[in-house]
Amino acid sequence: MNDNKEISLNSISVGDKATVKSLKLCGEIKRRLQDLGIIEGTNIECILKSPWGDPGAYLIRGAVIALRNDISSKIIINTLEV
Amino acid sequence: MGLTSSSTGFGANEKDIILNPENQGKLIALAGNPNVGKSSIFNALTGLKQHTGNWAGKTVANACGSFIYKGEKFTLADIPGTYSLYTCSKEEEAARNFICFSGCDAAIVVCDASCLERNLNLVFQIKEVVPKTIICINLIDEAEKKGIVVNSHLLEKLLNVPVVLTSAVKGIGLEELKERLLNEVYKTETAEQEIIYSQELADAIILTEEIIKPKINKNINLKWLSLKFIEGEKSMLNAISDFLGFDLSKDEELKLLVLQLRKDLTQSFNKASVSDITISQIIKKAEKTARLVVSYKKSDYNTKQYKIDKILTGKYTGIPIMLMLLAVIFWITIKGANYPSALLSNMFSALELKLWSFFEYINMPEFLTDFFILGIYKVVSWVIAVMLPPMAIFFPLFTLLEDLGYLPRIAFNLDKCFKCCSACGKQSLTMAMGFGCNAAGVVGCRIIDSPRERLIAIITNSMVPCNGRFPTLIAIITMFFVSVGAADSSFVSTVILTMVILFGILMTFFTSKLLSLTILKGVPSNFTLELPPYRKPQIAKLIVRSVLDRTLFVLARAVIAAVPAGAIIFLLANICYNDIALLYYVSNFLDPFAKLIGLDGVILMAFILGLPANEIVMPIILMAYLSEGGLRDYQSIEELKCILLNNGWTWLTAACTMIFSLMHWPCSTTLMTIKKETKSFKWTLISFLVPTVLGCIICFIITCASKIFQFVF
Repeated sequence: MNDNKEISLNSISVGDKATVKSLKLCGEIKRRLQDLGIIEGTNIECILKSPWGDPGAYLIRGAVIALRNDISSKIIINTLEV
Repeated sequence: MGLTSSSTGFGANEKDIILNPENQGKLIALAGNPNVGKSSIFNALTGLKQHTGNWAGKTVANACGSFIYKGEKFTLADIPGTYSLYTCSKEEEAARNFICFSGCDAAIVVCDASCLERNLNLVFQIKEVVPKTIICINLIDEAEKKGIVVNSHLLEKLLNVPVVLTSAVKGIGLEELKERLLNEVYKTETAEQEIIYSQELADAIILTEEIIKPKINKNINLKWLSLKFIEGEKSMLNAISDFLGFDLSKDEELKLLVLQLRKDLTQSFNKASVSDITISQIIKKAEKTARLVVSYKKSDYNTKQYKIDKILTGKYTGIPIMLMLLAVIFWITIKGANYPSALLSNMFSALELKLWSFFEYINMPEFLTDFFILGIYKVVSWVIAVMLPPMAIFFPLFTLLEDLGYLPRIAFNLDKCFKCCSACGKQSLTMAMGFGCNAAGVVGCRIIDSPRERLIAIITNSMVPCNGRFPTLIAIITMFFVSVGAADSSFVSTVILTMVILFGILMTFFTSKLLSLTILKGVPSNFTLELPPYRKPQIAKLIVRSVLDRTLFVLARAVIAAVPAGAIIFLLANICYNDIALLYYVSNFLDPFAKLIGLDGVILMAFILGLPANEIVMPIILMAYLSEGGLRDYQSIEELKCILLNNGWTWLTAACTMIFSLMHWPCSTTLMTIKKETKSFKWTLISFLVPTVLGCIICFIITCASKIFQFVF
């Protein structure tokens, strides 16, 4: 296994799919993401990027949610091969 | 959106309503995720019109309405949309406290059929506190189109909760919802509690329950309460203490036990906190349930939406389309308002003649007649004639964008800019609302979670020109910046107007940045924004709602402000000292300062007297220039230009007046709204000073620059 490098949600491009591995966040924002259904094992697809590349919009459990890069960079994922 | 009927007092009550237990009947909480059509259900059930919009977090205040079904009275409380009972933005805390502690008889949880899985989270959480919960799966028609089928019977069996499929806008399932509600309220045996949590948690809950049971004398679900003590979330514990009247979490026995339980649980699950465990168990349960009851017939059910989104938020298309839409809306508003405005003002002048003869007929003293007609009537009719047509056009257009679901895309497109200013992308929505009315924009700031960012949005809101300032801006643009008689003059003036607005937006960014570097220091907060699917708006309803809820509401406020303004202006213009009206003492006094910022005393005075409504700034200027005792309407734009030029206006005066109009104190209605929203005199004062000081500085710089320029060349 040379899986040392962690991939974060902000690094995937539009159309890519991923599964959440862990949340490197705490407090209020972690709770908010959990409310939106982002926990370990949640499938996420990147749907859009805003004109400036930040924030990105992600399909999470049937809803499209925009997340700023400073948050999505702390969501560690496993990419799914399409 | 800010101007819901609840905030306008249009039929519904304000947030802090005290429910009257004697004639409220059964109290029903209407809960749900944001943007699932909760307000439509509310309207459909109660007939009370609360405006619905297509973006998250619109219900800014609790609205209450009642209906009678089969002789039983129900009071329905529309609580702010919330994703869960765990998070607590200002709105969601209100929602949570209502659900947990209001002692409501039952709860209806409205769910979006296309997004059931996430909605079920909330269902499970509410079901824990309110045993009599009904699931209302709304927007069923929309889901059908996407090929999403919800097996409501299976869901009902799995959760042991009544499930009703509805489409509030099409009137599907509402009778059934009422019937099920009636049954549920009168059901005596409570349904078996659904098992959500794993054995370890369930055991911990039982242990805690044993301890708290003898200490609690209020009617509340003890299992739920036990879990909350184990989780130990601060804001929740505070709310519980408020409810119980004492702080049970300080109890030694309980304290010891929950500490131990917390340690054991977090260790065995390898999680940071107990709530992490409970939340993920709830989510997994919802996932499992949704998998069983929802089936998808089309795999590409959303691709069309995403294609539209790709264009509307595209790298090269997103911003230009947004600007074009902005320009088109202004163009339609300006173009379309001319004719009805003229019509209205003709009507009012005809009525004025009748009033003259009427007052003459009843032998009213001359001074009083002048006071009423030249003072109050003129100002009020002016405000209506100038304000009503553009608003009646702008608000429906704005509501159209809102109902379509375009507004969250604006926030999405512009968020990066706001982030750079340490502000929130949702501020763009409150700004957009500010184009209609700044007071409405200020109320709308409630959708911003972080208090710091909310204050930034409130303070800077008046830098986007509201409908009341457009006529002044447009008149000046037409007079001084567009060549007379050009064929494309309305196009040119639209372009210039859009540039003026862009300047206002730039200044908003600048001020936001300035504020977040100085008095409102802080890092940008967490930003999550839901982009709801585009929805087909219902045009007829849209027009009725936007006219009633927004246009007439704003107009009524403006008229109320215009009456005393009219009186004061008249008195200033007609009470003389040494044969010179008071007005001129004021304007002469202001003149030296006003000259520094490129204006003159009359213009500055007009802005001060225009505090109640920006519409009357131009008329006051005319009145003062022409030394007349009453507001002066102008017959043609050429005549107006002539008057202004005779009184020393140059393009510099015009530019400074425009900038000052963009950046000065908010109108009195907005200030009152700010006071109400911030509950602080200090922030109201700051909202007054910040745009004013900045406006003065900018006008001063422009004036100096032009003086130097003239001197050198």
